[in-house]
Amino acid sequence: MEIATINTIRAILVVVGLLCFLGICYWAYSKHAKADFEEAARLPLADDDLPVDPVDKEGMTNG
Amino acid sequence: MQSQATYNYKVVRQFAIMTVVWGIVGMLVGVIIAAQLVFPDLLNLPVVNEFLSFGRLRPLHTNAVIFAFGGCALFATSFYVVQRTCQTRLFAPGLATVVFWGWQLIIVAAAVSLPAGNTTGKEYAELNWIVDIVITLVWVLYAIVFFGTLAIRKVSHIYVANWFYGAFIIAVALLHIFNSFEIPLVFFGGALLDSYSFYAGVQDAMVQWWYGHNAVGFFLTAAFLGMMYYFVPKQADRPVYSYRLSVVHFWALIFTYMWAGPHHLHYTALPDWAQSVGMVFSLILLAPSWGGMINGIMTLSGAWHKLRTDPVLKFLITSLSFYGMSTFEGPMMSIKSVNALSHYTDWTIGHVHSGALGWVAMVAVGSIYFLLPRLYGKTEMYSTKLINTHFWVATIGIVLYIASMWIAGVMQGLMWRATNPDGTLTYTFVEAVKATYPFWTVRLVGGTLFLVGMVIMFYNVLKTIGSGKAYDAPVVVPAAAHA
Repeated sequence: MEIATINTIRAILVVVGLLCFLGICYWAYSKHAKADFEEAARLPLADDDLPVDPVDKEGMTNG
Repeated sequence: MQSQATYNYKVVRQFAIMTVVWGIVGMLVGVIIAAQLVFPDLLNLPVVNEFLSFGRLRPLHTNAVIFAFGGCALFATSFYVVQRTCQTRLFAPGLATVVFWGWQLIIVAAAVSLPAGNTTGKEYAELNWIVDIVITLVWVLYAIVFFGTLAIRKVSHIYVANWFYGAFIIAVALLHIFNSFEIPLVFFGGALLDSYSFYAGVQDAMVQWWYGHNAVGFFLTAAFLGMMYYFVPKQADRPVYSYRLSVVHFWALIFTYMWAGPHHLHYTALPDWAQSVGMVFSLILLAPSWGGMINGIMTLSGAWHKLRTDPVLKFLITSLSFYGMSTFEGPMMSIKSVNALSHYTDWTIGHVHSGALGWVAMVAVGSIYFLLPRLYGKTEMYSTKLINTHFWVATIGIVLYIASMWIAGVMQGLMWRATNPDGTLTYTFVEAVKATYPFWTVRLVGGTLFLVGMVIMFYNVLKTIGSGKAYDAPVVVPAAAHA
């Protein structure tokens, strides 16, 4: 009885996990997510991370 | 006022430098034990031979390269990436400093206790129970800094690299805590540092390999994919090929990796059905793994010419090729009939190093080459030519390493299983050992080349730091601050 119950819970968890993943796939391929994803994908690129006054470029340092 | 604030680069600098230092130390120990297999009497010295024996140094090598070299690379890059993509300073920078010194302390503790012979006997979790507790505390602080920074972010999105780093932090905490459940013997009149595992028999083995394989999955894969998702787009100056794919393959990896551990226990006392579950999930893993590889490599589409001139990009893209190779090889080796040939042979060592040198070390090295000039007020490393030299020396080293181990492994597997018509074994074990010597020699050459590459990197890093100045970049003022 107890073993049967815990195995039922395990089986349900596996199914819930699978449904969860399918839901994520559906969401990822939805139109709504597309615009957000494009914005997120640009996050690292919009960010200029080179030094403002690089020490290895002549004439750019202000001492 | 806002523009005066700068990012916390100090902890990034500390971890970036220690990545190279521990890389050299860990790989040097690797070269020493590779040499011991070719020259067994190499370190058979009076008095100290006990501390320098293969059995003591091998866990030192694995701990040093995974947790010291790989760990420092992950701390450095995650602290950098989370600040830049959240456009905010670190949350609780004081705790980040504690994380740095705490992690160095743990590494030193490992460097002393492992050669001294103090071990729990669990692979990649050899450190004693006191060190395990320190690791847990440092890891909690790391989580507070990382997730705290995400919480105070100035942008609405959490960039995908941070999802991978976040999963790595949570999963490693879970793995470390559950695999390290142990009873310290000191409370029962035993030695201070000794302990027994909380689990017994095959359960202990299963928990250990649930830990072991997920250490590969989350420490060496998910976290380094986080690195890849930031540094490949940055260096290629192009957005990631498919953000959608990154989301889907992230969750597929998360849902799948946790089940793959039993493939380390094929043909053991582990129930057969559990072995089969492990094999099936390992095979499924091919899809999300290749999702990541394709996403990284295709980010370069339209900019392939950059590969010709940019050695940093060469490191990053080659790492993805090795990632693709080893994540194809892994599922194949998890198939029971293939495993019957490959398990316990040097093929496994070859597979591990295809991932560890080819993927983990190459992507970490490429990322550090990207980071370092930016941390020292420069636009590029001291010598781009030396980066190129490092790339080729390292690549040739890896190819020699994994090719020799493949041949050695298949040969060993075939010799061990060969039987005479009357059912007796064709070869004694020592005959297989003898036949492996030439391949161990080639492996020693390959490993040495990889180490030489790291030394070249160290010189380049020192020169870059010497001609630069510690630099903390100003925090970006968000364009949509009033939105």
